[in-house]
Amino acid sequence: MAGPPLFSILNEDGSCEDAHRGLLSDDEVRHALDSMILNRILDRRLLMLQRQGRLGFWMTSRGEEATILGAAAALLPDDPIFLSYRELGCLLWRRIPLPLIFNQLIGNSRDLCLGRQMPIHYCYKEWAIPSVSSPVGTQLPHACGFGYAAKLRNTGQVSLAFCGEGTASEGDFHTALNFAGVFSTPTIFVIRNNGYAISTPESVQTAAESLAARAEGYGMPGYQVDGNDLLAVVKVLGEAVENARSGGGPTLVEAMTYRMGAHSTADDPSAYRSDDETAAWNRLDPYERLKRHGCWRGVWSDEEDATVQTSWDERVTSTLAECERHPPPRVESLFEGVLETVSPQLEAQRDAYLADHRRRQRDEFEVP
Amino acid sequence: MAETGSLNMIQALGNALEHYLERNEMAVVLGEDVGHFGGVFRVTAGLQEKYGSARVFDTPLAEAGIVGMAIGMGLGGLRPIVEIQFADFIFPAFDQIVNELAKYRYRSGGQYAPQVLIRTPYGGGIRGGHYHSQSPEAYFAHTPGLRVVVPSGPYEAKGLLLGALECADPVIFLEPKRIYRAARGEIPLDYYTLPLEHARLVRKGEDVTLVAWGAMLHTCQEAAALAEGEGYDVELIDLQSIVPYDLHTLVRSVTKTGRMVVVHEAPMTCGFGAELVAAVQAEAFEHLRAPLQRITGFDTPFPYSLEDHYLPSADRILRGLIGTIEY
Repeated sequence: MAGPPLFSILNEDGSCEDAHRGLLSDDEVRHALDSMILNRILDRRLLMLQRQGRLGFWMTSRGEEATILGAAAALLPDDPIFLSYRELGCLLWRRIPLPLIFNQLIGNSRDLCLGRQMPIHYCYKEWAIPSVSSPVGTQLPHACGFGYAAKLRNTGQVSLAFCGEGTASEGDFHTALNFAGVFSTPTIFVIRNNGYAISTPESVQTAAESLAARAEGYGMPGYQVDGNDLLAVVKVLGEAVENARSGGGPTLVEAMTYRMGAHSTADDPSAYRSDDETAAWNRLDPYERLKRHGCWRGVWSDEEDATVQTSWDERVTSTLAECERHPPPRVESLFEGVLETVSPQLEAQRDAYLADHRRRQRDEFEVP
Repeated sequence: MAETGSLNMIQALGNALEHYLERNEMAVVLGEDVGHFGGVFRVTAGLQEKYGSARVFDTPLAEAGIVGMAIGMGLGGLRPIVEIQFADFIFPAFDQIVNELAKYRYRSGGQYAPQVLIRTPYGGGIRGGHYHSQSPEAYFAHTPGLRVVVPSGPYEAKGLLLGALECADPVIFLEPKRIYRAARGEIPLDYYTLPLEHARLVRKGEDVTLVAWGAMLHTCQEAAALAEGEGYDVELIDLQSIVPYDLHTLVRSVTKTGRMVVVHEAPMTCGFGAELVAAVQAEAFEHLRAPLQRITGFDTPFPYSLEDHYLPSADRILRGLIGTIEY
């Protein structure tokens, strides 16, 4: 992935220029480290859970946390984030309670989405996280439309949408950026360029050196940034957000990063990536870099890191156990919320099915 | 007494949009050429002038982008009203409609329910060939989470459009463009709505139930008049709402007549007539006196030179009615 030199802030020893220190407060650096630790614990534990058959699906975000958290950190709490799917970190940054996340993953009766989608298809309106869908790129024009609404209603919100570099090949990517440019919506598009769309390398998605360069064609600024450097991401996105909020329109940001794990629980990256490549990126691990920065700043230590790890590990274990105890959603809920009210056609289907279902339940109960 | 005016369907739709934009300041109209030009069929004429270019505006030429953007606007609290210039051009937006718009309420557990209405002229009879003539209602009817509504005249067009705009669900509003100007009527100029989901009894009869929607309703009226001349008494029903549909009205009618003929422009196989025939026979089986029939477009792409052969004509419908009655 050769390209122009990237904009970075963090030095190898975790230090940075004084001018950049204020990009994040001490508390924010601590919150980011805390979120990264939890994110990695979840990646480990949920991957295991999937292997044990207790979870339908999982996608790790290890390696991309700085891009993901940096975007959330650059926004205000009610700025909507249109997730692609690998952005668990945004939920953690916004402090969405762990049980609400687990309930979605399990699809139990307490899932805010009533168990209607596969794991990681989050939706948390209270935290300005609209619904995730699997077809890639469809969220990009939504972010543009939301931005238009925010502008017309004068709410001051900025919308941000994520996508991967593979998704930049989709038609929705083009229309979203074109519309955002034409209507000058307060919208930030973040490409997590992690090098691969499942197994397909970036060279198959584009012949261009940079995806950020496309911005010019849409009449908006475009930047590449070191996506494994939290401070650099916050600086570039922070400026883009401020520009959008003050009426300057959209920005495209391409964050150069690397998916350290598999695409999902359904593939094995050793089949399409070299060990050398992975090792090179491991040296740029965003968590290690931020940890060194936290220590350099004097707001983090190895001891605290270990304590936080243990504490989250325990909370994850107990919360998971609790969430796994909740029953699946009510059968009746299958038929609710398709339209605002149940259609006569669906009503007939529901009544017939539920009568049969209840009869079967009675029969099971009566058989000794 | 409420003021009325002689309006064709285009004027009635424009009148409805004006009422709605006036009432709901969150309402916006977007699409290709809908702004300054007022739409290629002139439905949105004068709206931008009155409500400004932030609320009534032209978009880049990209249907998926128009619908995708409208969904986002809905999520952000606006009430977007989309025009897709011809229903034949709606397919680039199919993913946004089917995978996003239709499922948003359901998949978010009701947290978000973007209210988007998509208006689009559809149907043949204007020498439009493949790409200015199709009737895509069955594609959308097969997607839970959408409403599909088709008006057949100016009074219905205005009342159903306003009814659909008051409704919280996403709506595909198919406008029969062949009768855009031909269908004219004296209609109230004030705000009024018609209920969705109600089929309209157009003509009472005893011998056979004839069901249609959109422009085909008018062809069916001709056929019913011809049948009357030959001594047959046809009951004609305008379905109006494709989904959800008013099965009750159809079953009540077929229980009386014992016969049903469904007419639509779209191809027969998997057309919406198949759904109606299946549902009615299940509910009215013991009352049937003849097989339920469909008279429809053929399983061909919509033709250009031979469109009069493709579209159900009053004569073809008449023969179908007699065949059913005499079965």
